[in-house]
Amino acid sequence: MGIISRGFSGRSREHNPDLPPGQFLTTDFPVLSAGPTPRIDTDEWEFTISTEKGTTHHWTWAELMALPIEDIATDIHCVTRWSKFGTSWRGVSLDTLFKDVDTSYGYTMIHSYGGYTTNVPLADLMGGKAWIAFEFDGEPLHPEHGGPARLLVPHLYFWKSAKWVRGIEMHKSDDPGFWEQNGYNIYGDPWKEQRYW
Amino acid sequence: MSVDSVGTWKVGTVTAVRSETPTGRSIEIDVPGWGGNLAGQHLDVRLTAPDGYQAVRSYSIASADATDHLELAVDRLPDGEVSPYLVDDLLPGDQLEVRGPLGGWFVWRPEQTEPVQLIGGGSGIVPLVAIARAHAASGSTAPFRLLYSVRTPEDVFFKDELARLASPTFEITWVYTRAAPADWPTKPGRVSHDILAASVIPAGDNPSVFVCGPTGFVESVADLLVALGHPAASVKTERFGGA
Ligand SMILES: Cc1cc2nc3c(=O)[nH]c(=O)nc-3n(C[C@H](O)[C@H](O)[C@H](O)COP(=O)(O)OP(=O)(O)OC[C@H]3O[C@@H](n4cnc5c(N)ncnc54)[C@H](O)[C@@H]3O)c2cc1C
Repeated sequence: MGIISRGFSGRSREHNPDLPPGQFLTTDFPVLSAGPTPRIDTDEWEFTISTEKGTTHHWTWAELMALPIEDIATDIHCVTRWSKFGTSWRGVSLDTLFKDVDTSYGYTMIHSYGGYTTNVPLADLMGGKAWIAFEFDGEPLHPEHGGPARLLVPHLYFWKSAKWVRGIEMHKSDDPGFWEQNGYNIYGDPWKEQRYW
Repeated sequence: MSVDSVGTWKVGTVTAVRSETPTGRSIEIDVPGWGGNLAGQHLDVRLTAPDGYQAVRSYSIASADATDHLELAVDRLPDGEVSPYLVDDLLPGDQLEVRGPLGGWFVWRPEQTEPVQLIGGGSGIVPLVAIARAHAASGSTAPFRLLYSVRTPEDVFFKDELARLASPTFEITWVYTRAAPADWPTKPGRVSHDILAASVIPAGDNPSVFVCGPTGFVESVADLLVALGHPAASVKTERFGGA
């Protein structure tokens, strides 16, 4: 326990087992990005997965929409300390997108329109843990929140859920992405409070 | 940065508090072992209640030097948990836990020679003051401009300091959104396309642009800058939260 702050009593008292350490609940949906919000038309949108074998799999918006779409209800946790419970999304599972992808590499670099990158181990994208999401709360995902589509990997801090996602590149090693080069943890587990270097 | 310098909480002692606006104040803190920070970085502040309950929030650092002495400035949110305590209750001599410095993106380094445009809304001026101070202290000749949007003339943080920093190579444009000074030539209003077109370093001069403030302010200004031809990659943003 830290030093007592004279005269501070704080607000929320109940211990909530669903809230990772150091997080507080919000009903808003705050925004964290490094720059202006890119606006991408679904007509020009494209999503790719590229491997060490030189193979690139790609999907247009229409092709993505033709894949099995899942409803996702999940809690999300931002490194800036807000958490939001029971958010609802629709998207395509990465298990579906990776079905025909042949790779022996264990790490991924996620790329976004606008140049943002983030790294995630492949195992964290597989097994029903990650999606390309394009609907939030029953509506098309707004550009501020990463629309038309963002990665959704809710078991990691939310900066890993790259907004404006456009592709995944297989990597041999766990190379740092954008925030990971700028002070944030390489993995980002909210339950272990892996916020910073 | 290493896990050692960032990952551990350090105890700071408040050395001075100063009222800046009707809702905000600046706070000076001595943090033994801090060792300085870059202009634009922030830290986490942790408060602990007598029953062990803790609350942590991020605050930008207004100072940018190599010392153990820090300056913050905090605006009180009416229903906030942490900011009312920092603005109304904290006194010189009180201790605060801090962790940092944090963030390696929204920073300015004295080696940078390109023109710099700073754009702040409300308390979003804090990291921009650090950048302006670092610019002045380094003797850098990179052209600087600041556009500062406030609700009313009373809501200006670091008024005297900004007046001191202003010079032919550091022009300041004021935007009043609710009430302007009596003799002001224009009506109060939000930062618009026309205001930015008239007062921001043009995209053709390839400035680095730093935009900071409440999320809604940053969203709208950053979009307008892109529409004015500033490449998204040269616009760095820091969103403080809120609508
Ligand atoms: C990197 C970073 C740097 C920051 N630097 C500063 C700084 O230098 N000075 C400063 O005063 N604040 C700064 N902030 C904001 C600060 O971290 C807190 O969010 C703010 O003080 C409110 O905390 P609170 O506990 O009083 O309110 P909370 O109890 O957390 O929130 C109360 C309500 O206000 C909303 N809210 C949160 N932040 C804002 C906001 N900025 N505007 C409007 N509504 C909001 C919340 O969503 C919530 O509904 C910074 C934030 C970040 C992420």
